Amino acid sequence: MTTHRVAFTLNGAARAIDVPADRLLIDALRDELGATGTKLGCGIGVCGACSVLVDGELLSACLLPAIFVDGHAVTTVEGLAADGELTATQDAFIRDGGFQCGICTPGQLVAATALLVEHPRPTPDEIRTWMMGNLCRCTGYYGIERAIGRAAGMT
Amino acid sequence: MSFDYHAPRSVGEALALLERYGEDAHVMAGGTATVLLMRQGLLRPGHVVGLRAIDELRGISRTGSGGLRIGATVTHREVERSAEARAYSSALIEAFASVATVRIRNQATVAGNLAHADPAQDPPPMLAAFGATVNVRSPRGGRALPVSELAVDHFTTSLAHDEVITEIVLPPLEAGSRGTYLKFLPKTADDYATVSVAATLRLADDGTIAETRIVLGAVGPTPIRARRVEEALRGRTARAVAEAAALVREEVDPIDDARGSVSYKREMARVWTGRALARLLR
Repeated sequence: MTTHRVAFTLNGAARAIDVPADRLLIDALRDELGATGTKLGCGIGVCGACSVLVDGELLSACLLPAIFVDGHAVTTVEGLAADGELTATQDAFIRDGGFQCGICTPGQLVAATALLVEHPRPTPDEIRTWMMGNLCRCTGYYGIERAIGRAAGMT
Repeated sequence: MSFDYHAPRSVGEALALLERYGEDAHVMAGGTATVLLMRQGLLRPGHVVGLRAIDELRGISRTGSGGLRIGATVTHREVERSAEARAYSSALIEAFASVATVRIRNQATVAGNLAHADPAQDPPPMLAAFGATVNVRSPRGGRALPVSELAVDHFTTSLAHDEVITEIVLPPLEAGSRGTYLKFLPKTADDYATVSVAATLRLADDGTIAETRIVLGAVGPTPIRARRVEEALRGRTARAVAEAAALVREEVDPIDDARGSVSYKREMARVWTGRALARLLR
């Protein structure tokens, strides 16, 4: 199997790793870079627990070969808060109880962040359509939707 | 998964790799389908030929005649956000926006979707209804084939092992022609369709139906063209829709699965074909 040098930025910091061709981004993040905020859920691109941003685009780290991020900018949940200051979205998830057990929360936050870039004032329908791919096993969807509305300044 | 990854910079280089490694090579674009198939052990290539670094496979543009050209590695989301694609037909946008979730649509490519030949996918019926063709290249040269002749069975295409889809071309729409895409999702919003209906329709000057093309997804081993329904509507008006749509029950070839029984899917094919036509005749 071929090995590839992958040079990219992770949450703003330049990183370079050598990975075998079949390494997935989720494993590179968690096992090689210590960025364990991104969770492995279903492993088949359905549940959204491994949601990350690559050049601002929302993707499933469990389906993405690590070699695909060479030359790109990856943002994980660890990179949302700048200098320890929570983003409005993170703050709203706390205030509105946008989580219960918390396993899906990193993915929910990353997905919601991407939503609010694309739709700064989303309708309830836009929130639900965008977020439907991020499953919450505790079914805490009302709190998540409420938090995103608050983060968008709509409540 | 254990493979050598190759990242050619041109279609010519990709074809040379496919020729060199033969059956041991597999093409990958976005990777959503290929990664899953490899992880499940259904696909075990020794060499993966990635298409992402090939500039000539990118981009969406209008053709000189008013059609639309979509590069092979354009993602579903790029189509959704493309002003050129929207100007061609909003129904095309609906079909691509219906696929799975935004994460998948950011990664999955248009040609990858077609080459995967999953009969429940959303774009292929819509592309077939628009009369789209795919341009394909191999070490032996190039050819064009209709999207409707690409899938031949579940997850099986008419492409040879060393052929690569380079672009999808939609012909100019005839004046007055419109399209629609409807997806019946009784379970969850990110599910595959229980039945989907892609249709285009053009009215004659006297208000009768001059031409309609109807292609159903998820109710056969490939997208199914409803030719008997189309025939029954030629020269007729909206009043003929109910009777014509009933003919689709015998044209589809569904299987029993978690999304419904064969008889249920035949009935839903009738209902949703009627709804698609009603939408086009509104």
